[in-house]
Amino acid sequence: MRKSWQNKMKITAEQVFAGEEKVIARAISLIENERQQVFPLLKELYSRSELAYLLGVTGPPGSGKSTLVAKIVSGWVREGNKVAVIAIDPTSEFSGGALLGDRIRMDDISTNKDVFIRSMATRGYLGGLNPAIFDTVVVLSAAGYKKIVIETVGVGQNEIDIVSLADTTLVVTVPEAGDEVQAFKAGLMEAGDIFVLNKADHPEVNKMELVLKQMLRLGNTAGEQAENRWEVPIVKTIATTEKGIAELNKTIAEHQEFLTEKGENQKAPGKIISNHLIHLLEESLKRKYLDPLKESPAFAKLLQEIAAKKTDPYSAMEELMANFKERLG
Amino acid sequence: MTGKNIKVLIAKPGLDGHDRGAKVIARGLKEAGMEVVYTGLRQTPAQIVRAALQEDVDVIGLSILSGAHQELFPVIMDELEEAGLEDILVLAGGTIPDSDHQELKEIGIKEIFKPGTPIKEIVEFIEKELAE
Repeated sequence: MRKSWQNKMKITAEQVFAGEEKVIARAISLIENERQQVFPLLKELYSRSELAYLLGVTGPPGSGKSTLVAKIVSGWVREGNKVAVIAIDPTSEFSGGALLGDRIRMDDISTNKDVFIRSMATRGYLGGLNPAIFDTVVVLSAAGYKKIVIETVGVGQNEIDIVSLADTTLVVTVPEAGDEVQAFKAGLMEAGDIFVLNKADHPEVNKMELVLKQMLRLGNTAGEQAENRWEVPIVKTIATTEKGIAELNKTIAEHQEFLTEKGENQKAPGKIISNHLIHLLEESLKRKYLDPLKESPAFAKLLQEIAAKKTDPYSAMEELMANFKERLG
Repeated sequence: MTGKNIKVLIAKPGLDGHDRGAKVIARGLKEAGMEVVYTGLRQTPAQIVRAALQEDVDVIGLSILSGAHQELFPVIMDELEEAGLEDILVLAGGTIPDSDHQELKEIGIKEIFKPGTPIKEIVEFIEKELAE
């Protein structure tokens, strides 16, 4: 038997452009597992295609993100779009494994020919986004998916980075979230372009809407002039019965238009690419210098010296950095 | 146990509504370091095959307690072949009588695990099969 990504299937850019699902799926596995091997392919795909419109969806566990995503995507598909979903779940720090359960709520769209769903684990990229996610966006864009949803649980650092990747970001919350909302990370509160108050048949919904409005108003007092600014709307939905979904899709479309008019569609990718370039550099510095360093006798010796108080971590770092400079030329 | 970089689809074909076993297996494989996609209850063969295709999994674990394995499993195996996915390792678990095992193995299901099988045994089986 095989591990899928060890299969030496050669993937060409033409095959990705043709959009065959098996090719796309295999390309994503290579991106996750054999990164160097796909860089030539990614170079070609990137230069020969436009990035899709990216919708980021984040919020606490159990807020109904996956159900909501399925309904949003259904609407887009009815309008004739090809849509891809990247559903991200955390990798366990202890085992390195992950449970990817977002497909459970996506039954409605899981066999639609115009929808491609891929579950991905975060794979423990400390303080940053797994660069594989952006690379996956490059492949899906080239394969003809004009709209891509990236769904992620809003509990850590990753989702804020994913927000920095998306054109439009939905922050999903629920009435019973209560104080959790007040504990929303400041960054997330600012990053949301649209707030979705899901499970709006809950008796506490009005109270929650009030709390959200107050928090948004606090956030809105600073910053740009009112006329150039996107007023962050709150959309109430009941995802399971599709109540509010049409309005939500309309609001998303309005934000997309707002970005185009403001010219941010040209400006935003600059920021996205800058983030991705840094992620790629971090990844390759780690692979080329840090990982080998960790295995080296010199590193072990330094650790012993630190333990014996002959030196300290700060001086050790300075010494290593000086060596890096030499090696990097 | 090192299930590093192994991706598994745990699927519940057919109409039974019991997925405790499937969830325990999913959890156990995750603890062994695998990435486990769970698709929920009442999946059609078409849904299972599409998920396996898009997720590009190495292993499919079919959990069934309804007794319809002889109806559903051949359809799944046929559709996998049609999709060009005949090289995926397919395993089954649940309430499948011993007398049916041979027939299922003949259609390409590599192993059938009975209720009460220790997770470790399943992990080792998967690792051994994928290493070959």
